[in-house]
Amino acid sequence: MRAQTITRKPRSRRRIALVTVALSMLLAMALPLTGYIAHDAGLAWAQSDDAEKEAVNPRSDYWRAVRQGTEGYSAVSGSEAGVLIQNGGENWRNVRNGPLKFVGGSLLIAVLIAILVKHLVKGKDMLDSPTGRKMTRWGGFDRALHWYVGITFIILSITGLSLLFGRALLIPLLGKEGFAAWAQLSKPVHDYLALPFIVGFALMLLIWIPRNILRSHDFAWLKSVGGLIGKDHPQAGFMNGGEKVFFWILFFGGVALMVSGFYLLFPNLGWERDSMQLSHIVHSASGLFLIAISLGHIYLGSIGVEGVLEGMVGGEVDEGFAKQHHNLWYDEVKGIAPPEESSAAPDVSGATPTT
Amino acid sequence: MARMKFLCDAERCIECNGCVTACKNEHEVPWGVNRRRVVTLDDGVPGEKSISVACMHCTDAPCAAVCPVDCFYTTDDGVVLHDKDLCIGCGYCFYACPFGAPQFPQKEAFGVRGKMDKCTFCAGGPEEDNSAAEREKYGRNRIAEGKLPLCAEMCSTKALLAGDGDMVADIYRDRITKRGGRPETWGWETAYKKSDA
Repeated sequence: MRAQTITRKPRSRRRIALVTVALSMLLAMALPLTGYIAHDAGLAWAQSDDAEKEAVNPRSDYWRAVRQGTEGYSAVSGSEAGVLIQNGGENWRNVRNGPLKFVGGSLLIAVLIAILVKHLVKGKDMLDSPTGRKMTRWGGFDRALHWYVGITFIILSITGLSLLFGRALLIPLLGKEGFAAWAQLSKPVHDYLALPFIVGFALMLLIWIPRNILRSHDFAWLKSVGGLIGKDHPQAGFMNGGEKVFFWILFFGGVALMVSGFYLLFPNLGWERDSMQLSHIVHSASGLFLIAISLGHIYLGSIGVEGVLEGMVGGEVDEGFAKQHHNLWYDEVKGIAPPEESSAAPDVSGATPTT
Repeated sequence: MARMKFLCDAERCIECNGCVTACKNEHEVPWGVNRRRVVTLDDGVPGEKSISVACMHCTDAPCAAVCPVDCFYTTDDGVVLHDKDLCIGCGYCFYACPFGAPQFPQKEAFGVRGKMDKCTFCAGGPEEDNSAAEREKYGRNRIAEGKLPLCAEMCSTKALLAGDGDMVADIYRDRITKRGGRPETWGWETAYKKSDA
């Protein structure tokens, strides 16, 4: 083309130049306008494309995935190494440092105050008529099991409470180094004593189930809170209504305590953080509740009621104690009434001689 | 006083794990313990992104809040450190930390974990600066030597930044304004519709 143009005359060359410039200008003005044509023609397509672009901004998606705890890849091995941010920790922290400590601590203090008030107002529950004659209440195995579970429970309670409340209560007393030394001992003691405790506790819960089936007279016992309300002492078999309720709280609370404790005890089995957080809350809550009701049990089993402790220490109780607190059991032992297990019928008034 | 911070630029991190290696070598941390790690999302897919993460030295640190023996403390530089002599290895800091920073040399039955170890921002521990005891427990104290964390110093793409928060933010802001391509003001289009343009 260029070779041809060069051979033409100057006039025709000027005309061609003019036309070229004009065409170029026209094109320059018209070409951008084609955008409108394309836009109008493919309006729907163009819009959906825009929306898509907005929706999949890779940065926002990336950070959204991170905040949702999406597991990615990490060359570093380890539990959940691929998770950049786990959100459960903050919830766990707030529950542990908030309601768990506050409600749990308040519960323990409330129980202690209730015991103190009861003891100051009502005093010790004395025997009406001690006879001096003894009858066997707890066999050797039952007593050994009770004290084994009781002592391990108390050690576990003190070490466990130290980890939850020690920072607030013991550091001001012992100092950080002093408390750390105590906590350094508490943790392994709590961890290693757990299994021996579970063995005894689970066995105790299982073999004492038959004695703790709730009967109709137990509900009457509970309604009068063991004689605190009303004048008559409510009826009770070998175990009274309160003891049976204590047993069943121990049973269900204990299962929660042991299962959650198992998780906490074996991090090597590959539990992830969310299981540990949940287990810790369940373990602490059930533990605190069991400690609270055990405080009541310890009070009523020692200085709260006269004549009860000797049954769990020496195995024998005064006949006066049996008659006063476990009249149905007394009748049963004396052959006056049938065993409690057969007294499931609502009407048990026949088994209550007043003499 | 400076407020020390880490920042990892997801647009620059190439997942070379140089920071992880540098940290491990500098502090001679035990086998199985990694104070820093690189996490990649959508690994192997176009648009994959990597972030190097370690202890972020939080202002309101969850680890410190849940520690039963209160072994954490924050330095004047805003670095969260802990006292291994107090640590009982309960693992609570690991449950609470959003970033998975606390590490334990052991993970065995009966909750045996050993003393917790984590990123110190290369600032050692409560022992005397650069003492043998400090080096043994917490690794090297580069801050006391007037140096910044080695992970960031070693970063080949300068994705990982460590230092005074204001300076780190300035560097990152400067990068963003000069960086071409898609604007990084994501959320802007959602807040301001096209009709407002």
